[in-house]
Amino acid sequence: MNKVLFFAHLRDAVGKELIEINASGKTVGELKEELTEKYHLPRMETVMTAINEEFASNDEVIQDGDEIAFIPPVSGG
Amino acid sequence: MKFFEITKEPINIQEVIDKVVQREAGAITTFIGTVRELTHGKRTLFLIYEAYESMAVKKLEQIGREIEERWQGSKVAITHRVGRLDITDVAVVIAVSTPHRADAYEANRYAIERIKEIVPIWKKEHWEDGEEWIGNQLETKAYPSGKPEEDDLHE
Repeated sequence: MNKVLFFAHLRDAVGKELIEINASGKTVGELKEELTEKYHLPRMETVMTAINEEFASNDEVIQDGDEIAFIPPVSGG
Repeated sequence: MKFFEITKEPINIQEVIDKVVQREAGAITTFIGTVRELTHGKRTLFLIYEAYESMAVKKLEQIGREIEERWQGSKVAITHRVGRLDITDVAVVIAVSTPHRADAYEANRYAIERIKEIVPIWKKEHWEDGEEWIGNQLETKAYPSGKPEEDDLHE
């Protein structure tokens, strides 16, 4: 199983901080597409992804137990 | 001692500075990021900062390592606050010490610019007539590969 974390406007769109799904074997890009459709996630072309707290590209394959996070454009500082 | 922190409490500025004190240093620069009331004429009432805390700490540590590699003899401490912040509250404090002053200024500037690129922290602005998560407000930045490119990281 995989935890998928949402932040900022994505958290508002999904209505939850995290979901648990089985995403192992999928690429980041595939998961992104699937969840974008399911939750009508806005502006996903600007959203980065992290696997286990490190930025990951769309073609990276998700392993069982990986923690996935969708990272909207950051605005700290 | 934790050199890189996310906190829900008001930041003690002196404590951040004290972390980078070293006998080899000839300068310490401190950057204090505060909550601004007016942005392009629009009045902000307050902000909510949210972080992916565990990753944010790692990314702050990464920035610290980058600085210590680029500016020899430098020492860095960064604390970023999350939660509700009012106008004039301190959101972030960056302290950098180096043997010579020019490096301390440069390295400190580098730290705040990098925070705005790679540290997963978001702010939600609350106005009289609404609220919005602030990212890249113009939405001019896209990440087609799903992560920042080399160029994004060093511009």
